[in-house]
Amino acid sequence: MQFGIFSVGDVTTDPTTGRTPTEAERIKAMVTIALKAEEVGLDVFATGEHHNPPFVPSSPTTMLGYIAARTERLQLSTATTLITTNDPVKIAEDFAMLQHLADGRVDLMLGRGNTGPVYPWFGQDIRQGIPLAVENYALLHKLWREDVVHWEGRFRTPLQGFTSTPRPLDGVPPFVWHGSIRSPEIAEQAAYYGDGFFANNIFWPKEHFVRLIDLYRQRYAHYGHGTAEQAIVGLGGQLFMRKNSQDAIREFRPYFDKAPVYGHGPSLEDFMAETPLAVGSPQQIIDKTLRFREYFGDYQRQLFLMDHAGLPLKTVLEQLDILGEEVVPVLREEFAKNRPAEVPETPTHASLLAARTTEPAGA
Amino acid sequence: MKLVVVTAGLTQPSSTRLLADRLAEATGERLQGAADTTVIELRELAVDIANNFVTGFANARLRAALAAVTEADGLIAVTPVFTASYSGLFKSFFDVVDNTALAGKPVLIAATGGTPRHSLVLEHALRPLFAYLRAVVVPTAVYAASEDWGAGGDAGTDGLADRITRAASELAGLMRPRAPHAAPQTDAQVKIGTGDRTGAGNKTKGNGQNGRSGGDGKRAGTTLPEDVVPFAEYLASLRP
Repeated sequence: MQFGIFSVGDVTTDPTTGRTPTEAERIKAMVTIALKAEEVGLDVFATGEHHNPPFVPSSPTTMLGYIAARTERLQLSTATTLITTNDPVKIAEDFAMLQHLADGRVDLMLGRGNTGPVYPWFGQDIRQGIPLAVENYALLHKLWREDVVHWEGRFRTPLQGFTSTPRPLDGVPPFVWHGSIRSPEIAEQAAYYGDGFFANNIFWPKEHFVRLIDLYRQRYAHYGHGTAEQAIVGLGGQLFMRKNSQDAIREFRPYFDKAPVYGHGPSLEDFMAETPLAVGSPQQIIDKTLRFREYFGDYQRQLFLMDHAGLPLKTVLEQLDILGEEVVPVLREEFAKNRPAEVPETPTHASLLAARTTEPAGA
Repeated sequence: MKLVVVTAGLTQPSSTRLLADRLAEATGERLQGAADTTVIELRELAVDIANNFVTGFANARLRAALAAVTEADGLIAVTPVFTASYSGLFKSFFDVVDNTALAGKPVLIAATGGTPRHSLVLEHALRPLFAYLRAVVVPTAVYAASEDWGAGGDAGTDGLADRITRAASELAGLMRPRAPHAAPQTDAQVKIGTGDRTGAGNKTKGNGQNGRSGGDGKRAGTTLPEDVVPFAEYLASLRP
């Protein structure tokens, strides 16, 4: 099982100091956070993609390429790559390029995006969100698997005799996760292809995500990729911790109360009761995270949102130290207990390459 | 039969609640004791409703109210008139109700106000709101101005008591033989398609432009929700 962090890349004023980082500071902070993730023994760093202030990460493969050059082990991913408004041809090429530079330490998570105006800004219609996600991914899937593509669809210029370059590393396309907050259609899409499904599992009550993941697992089995228990599931989570839980709550409360995503609404305590947000001691974080398995089944990837709502870089790095030293080692050990042998590990470039070479010809 | 009453009165006691109770009682009588009545006071949910706008989800208390409305066989919705329309709280509640929850549901609309001059609020504001939600709104909408509580009818107009009786009869009549309403076919998909996390209050509601042309009745397997088309069919429907 993999553990990591995902960043939205928001530029938010620190409510305790009134200070707002510059874009340059925030971008460099994201890189520092990614390097720290590797240093403390985490497996994955994933960046969001946004095309409007106050978010900085508009160009994920540029950032991930830079991080790749400065890390050895860290798996580089996205949360999410916009399959609706990006040209699938460019996604195919950008991520294949990144695969080569990062020696295969690359996967990506596709999402539709939740900012309405991005669709018209990129020449698309939000009402076509699902059809765009379906058609664009069908093309992306083909571009990574067929050297010469002839293709015609509804949303993009046809392609005749097109080869996306570079070809995927070792002929193995990056593993794809499909992220969705509310759409059963996307769970169905992930199941159809045998790809991963990621539920962001933050901001909303868990029951909401349980329904989507159950559907994905059932349909994964329906399409013959394995049993429902073998489907590849990823989850988000949101943490803040200090040695003493009261200190964690006292320190995090002003950030929670003013956060653009949930601030000025329910109390921190109500929000913790209703959603997977965990604020407290490392042991409380461990207990709450371990419960995810009871709701969602054994899963493959756990990403935490750590750097948002204006938390200063220093605090985030301290959080990552605690996460790496006190929380994740226990989670690894506990999640491994009673995990059925047939539940697969997270697909990586090496495992996909090995699976391909051991498959009988023509399979 | 489940009769649910949504009342947006703010004071206690409230004339809006008074009107709501009169309507519920009259409807219950027409149903000859078969009505199981639940009253939802929006005042008690005001903060929960506001929090739903901020967080994008309903907390446990609001979820219970939304479930009651969704499962009702008949609904009575009563609002005070504020600034020439339904109150903001009343509208906010119906903003967080799922946009298919009232489809085909019999609804009686009613309002209270300090002056009879606002009575057409029912026809110009409430009726279109519920028409949009595809509810079946009974022909008689009941408006109670302050003076109605101390007056009977006259040669040209039925009094409040008669209007209550007429509206309640209409609602009870629609509730009795009620057939199960048709499954929502387009709105859920389009709402899903907006991807707007905070969208409880600004759902993009459907008008059929969802690019979907999957075949009903040919669902593969039994586990797919009714409104989701099997993927291969969906993919095929997109081919130019």
